[in-house]
Amino acid sequence: MADLLNAFAIAGKAFFGFQAIFFALLAIGLNVHFGYTGLLNFGQIAFAMLGGFGIAISVSQWGLPFWVGVLVGVLAAVVLALLLGLPTLRLRADYLAIVTIATAEGLRLVFRSVSATPVTGGTRGLSAFNRDFVALAPWDTGRRYDLIGTTWSGSELWVVTIGWILVALCSLLVWALMRSPWGRVVKAIREDEDAVRSLGKNVYAYKMQALVLGGIFGAFGGMVYAIGTGSAIPDQYQNANTFLAYAALILGGAARVLGPVIGSMLLLFILQFADTGLRSLIANGVIPAELLSSTDVAQLRYVLVGIGLMLLLVFRPQGIFGDRREVMLDAR
Amino acid sequence: MPADPAPHGAHAARSEEATVPAGGAAPAGATRAQPQRVAQAALRDVPWEVGVAKPDPAIVVDHVTRTFGGLTAVSVDHLEIQRGGITGLIGPNGAGKTTLFNLLTGFDQPNTGTWSFNGRDLGKLSPHQVARLGVVRTFQLTKALSRLTVLQNMLLGAQGQRGESFLRALVPGTWKAQEKANTERAMDLLRRFKLDAKKDDFAGSLSGGQRKLLEMARALMSEPQVVMLDEPMAGVNPALTQSLLGHVKDLREEGMTVIFVEHDMDVVRDISDWVVVMAAGKVIAEGAPDSISQNKAVVDAYLGAHHDAPLSEEEEDRFLAEDQAAERARREDVISSDRGRKRRTGR
Repeated sequence: MADLLNAFAIAGKAFFGFQAIFFALLAIGLNVHFGYTGLLNFGQIAFAMLGGFGIAISVSQWGLPFWVGVLVGVLAAVVLALLLGLPTLRLRADYLAIVTIATAEGLRLVFRSVSATPVTGGTRGLSAFNRDFVALAPWDTGRRYDLIGTTWSGSELWVVTIGWILVALCSLLVWALMRSPWGRVVKAIREDEDAVRSLGKNVYAYKMQALVLGGIFGAFGGMVYAIGTGSAIPDQYQNANTFLAYAALILGGAARVLGPVIGSMLLLFILQFADTGLRSLIANGVIPAELLSSTDVAQLRYVLVGIGLMLLLVFRPQGIFGDRREVMLDAR
Repeated sequence: MPADPAPHGAHAARSEEATVPAGGAAPAGATRAQPQRVAQAALRDVPWEVGVAKPDPAIVVDHVTRTFGGLTAVSVDHLEIQRGGITGLIGPNGAGKTTLFNLLTGFDQPNTGTWSFNGRDLGKLSPHQVARLGVVRTFQLTKALSRLTVLQNMLLGAQGQRGESFLRALVPGTWKAQEKANTERAMDLLRRFKLDAKKDDFAGSLSGGQRKLLEMARALMSEPQVVMLDEPMAGVNPALTQSLLGHVKDLREEGMTVIFVEHDMDVVRDISDWVVVMAAGKVIAEGAPDSISQNKAVVDAYLGAHHDAPLSEEEEDRFLAEDQAAERARREDVISSDRGRKRRTGR
């Protein structure tokens, strides 16, 4: 029982941890792309990687101030969005999907390649770039703090605080946009591009704006991740993260402002709870070691998430916040 | 505008036409009836020839061709559409009507040719630019924006919205007043189309006919000068067809130019001022609605020009006589047996 309580506490920390922020920001971006505009971006992690490395390279390699690094990361994401959008947004939705998935994988391979090592640090990546940021914390970052049964280091707490403020601001921005006529056009594009064109809206420009905006959110996610881990390593930015972010989005409810945020928190909670809980059950002998060894747990928790998602799609296809009527409508 | 579609039956239209040359003031109000009278009167003296010049053309098409591989989908030498009138575009399936619509509205680019609206060249414009000039279209397969509410669908049609720019969208003060005015206008239109009770429903939950109405109402939100309707009556029940017809006539009375594609000849005869017939990508005939059903080229296009070609005239007469004889014999058979039955049951 104490073990389960402990697992609950650890999972509770994951609920608020920087990884949840990372996925929340990725998913907010995907929500703008997929949930509202209907753009299939399968390479959101590429934007995150540019955000993370924007800071890492600027600070560690070029010796620029931290905030300039943030700016570099955002600009890189904007450029990537333009490069991806220019050739594909005039075409059918699936072309963007193909191009983004290839770009995410290709960009990671470029960043970890030997020839890129002088800039990106290759497979070992870059570190020691978040000192300026941690120094801004108004409390002692060397200490450890106990909050509701969990222990946080001072710098961890600082990253998480700023991270959630960022998530709140991004959600606020999405909320403000989606209640405006701009949001109405974008949602209409999701439903039927040609109808929107016939009403005098420049669909291409709107799709581009949405792609850039969601990409910037993704870059913020990558920055939080890089600062949270204290290092930027290309292989951290596997494209599987994009799909986990999609899972979080669908769990929370697409085209809802808080859907991606709550979805990410729950996703991380479930993953962590399954992990710690299963390990303690194995250690206590409740689950016999022949049936399941603790090394299998890391894989099994994703199986559990998968089963959970399947149940969700069967019984609540709209996600936690979604509107069932909306999901049940025919595509046409 | 309170326009009840009920009085606009086929007979109502006839009687209106009859009063037009006499110059009798229609009770509906002289200003509203004005454009219709102008268009009809203007087209009265236009000869029924392909490519004929109209007195006041809104749209002029010249040498437009569009080929898909080896197939020439559209090849129109010259076509003028009269301003303020209802022009029906008919033709068998695959005649190129929808392709012509797509070309005129920028949804497709032609291989050659030019076309203009109010003297302004429309070639090379993209669909949204054409729409901003005041040429708005609907689609053969209705494009209701399913997961937007009916009212949101309507508001989307409004032009020049300040809140549709990214940065101004974030400052509600810049667009709130305009949004309110647009909402009022949208509600007026929804009331006219009897959709006001549905304003908060998802468009995807409407019936097929209601979607057609919504699509037309949404097009009107953009305050167009030319409305192009691609099969507005397809798949709509007869009662709703009458109501749609009334709405189309209302458009003309508000001074809009209407071009519509339709297969139902009764509908075409009822509401159009001018009819253009296409077949195999070409305009094969144009003229007043009554001229079309007698036009040999049109009959050939619909029924096949040479379906009886291998037969000589004598053969044709002989076959016809045989057929008629057989038919007569059959009918008499039926009648006599019918009589027999009646006699038996009657007594």
